[in-house]
Amino acid sequence: MKKKSLSSRLVGSPYYVWAAIFIVVPVIMVLYYSLTDRNGSFTLSNIADLRLYADTLVLSVWLGAIATAVCFVISYPIAYILSRAKASTQRTLMLLVMLPMWINLLLRTYSWMTILEDTGIINSLLAKIGIGPVHMINTSGAVVLGMVYNFMPYMIMPLYSVMTKIGRNTIEAAQDLGASSLQVLCRVVFPMSVPGIASGITMVFVPCVSTFYISQKLGGTGYTLIGDVIDTQFTNNARNMGATLSLILMVMIIICMLVMNQFTSDDDEGAMLV
Amino acid sequence: MKMNAASKIYTALILAFLYLPIAVLIFFSFNEANSTSVFTGFSLQWYRELFADRETLKTLYNTLIIAVLSSAIATVIGTAAAVGIQSLGKWSKKLVMGVTNLPLMNPDIVTGVAMMLLFVFIMGLFGGTEILGFWTILIAHVTFNLPYVILSVNPKLRQLDPHLVEAAQDLGCPGRKAFFKVVLPNIMPGIVTGFIMAFTLSIDDFVISYFVSGPSFQTLPLRIYAMTKRRVEPSINALSTLIFVVVLVLLIIINVRQATDEKKLKKNIISAKNAGTK
Repeated sequence: MKKKSLSSRLVGSPYYVWAAIFIVVPVIMVLYYSLTDRNGSFTLSNIADLRLYADTLVLSVWLGAIATAVCFVISYPIAYILSRAKASTQRTLMLLVMLPMWINLLLRTYSWMTILEDTGIINSLLAKIGIGPVHMINTSGAVVLGMVYNFMPYMIMPLYSVMTKIGRNTIEAAQDLGASSLQVLCRVVFPMSVPGIASGITMVFVPCVSTFYISQKLGGTGYTLIGDVIDTQFTNNARNMGATLSLILMVMIIICMLVMNQFTSDDDEGAMLV
Repeated sequence: MKMNAASKIYTALILAFLYLPIAVLIFFSFNEANSTSVFTGFSLQWYRELFADRETLKTLYNTLIIAVLSSAIATVIGTAAAVGIQSLGKWSKKLVMGVTNLPLMNPDIVTGVAMMLLFVFIMGLFGGTEILGFWTILIAHVTFNLPYVILSVNPKLRQLDPHLVEAAQDLGCPGRKAFFKVVLPNIMPGIVTGFIMAFTLSIDDFVISYFVSGPSFQTLPLRIYAMTKRRVEPSINALSTLIFVVVLVLLIIINVRQATDEKKLKKNIISAKNAGTK
């Protein structure tokens, strides 16, 4: 191998230093704060106290899983339709799918609140025709709706990008060999889109489980998620417990990622970015 | 391929779902009454109120400053890093890329908390002087932007033909000049993509900024957060409408440019082929 010049070795060093201080050290800090008490002495009581939040953790994972599943069911057909459309139609439709993502999540969620409220848009329309009011805000359904709405494009993107790679002739070959459309879907399209499904699931599940704004605005006080608890701990200056909860969230997500990575292909580094 | 009726209806439903809350935001920004559910009449008063709100305009300015600075810094350090990583050994490369992926894998809330704890720890070392503010937000934004820059420059570097640099050096171009004359122009599209991605992520970030900010320096998403805590505030709707229009115009410009570039490319390929057959 050719000897690398000194400058090509040095050029990366500002980043290595930066990453060490601002990526690695903060993770160590999370560990440090979760294993110490207020005075900085070692303790395992934070870890033991996690059991107080077991319900919250279960609820977060449960709502996150439902939202991810709903996202998948809704997104799969649209990704397939998009990938089979004319090139110019694909471009326009993808633009339209992405555009809402450019409006801040806080604003989009706030808007759903004004739609779903007891005195909100749906209920004032219903009142005009003599129905209602229907209670929608501050229910688990509203929280799931907020999650599905906000993170759906993260599901559509990776699905769409694997599906565009399935050649038209592959599908035509299956049809020529006598496969029905259902068989084409189950035996050809679905297996080939597994890497996209895996990255879609992680890209939606991670922000769903860790959200705190959506549950605050659409779930009220009844649906406190792990993100809300972390937020509260830090506002109340209970840093050590906040750090412990962040640690458990991080561990959960990393396990989930490792499982999902079994299904994605290694050469697709960009798939996470899309 | 032509879309059939069922596909068209399904696509329309999805788009309706995606745009419903945005349409609502825009519609009620023109409402006369102080309500986001009952429309009483057309008025521009919320826009007037928005532009009179110095606090919000200041946070918009802050957001842009942070976005420009953080994405520029991340682009320079990140591009250099991507180049440097190529010359690392197998294991050091794995290690560096593993660390780089960490902020991408971690939920935003964990990244935010982790950085805040670092800053709090440093504050503790210096006797509790408040450091949360402009610098901590800038550092945090550079940190979460860096992986995106590196991951968009990396594939371009891998596609680069190593013989190109050698050819330049054989022709008497010294190493550094060869980099700026040969490597840099070739990886430019990746750098630009990385920069744009970093810029938009920085503008949009709420969660990480929320944890590393102090009262002295607020960004627009933090301001929006404070505004939505106070309930009915139709000037938020006016603000979202303006943001939506700006983004829409920008995306249309980018898209039209891409489309014409592709057409040009096709034309060039066709004319090159024609020239070849003559």
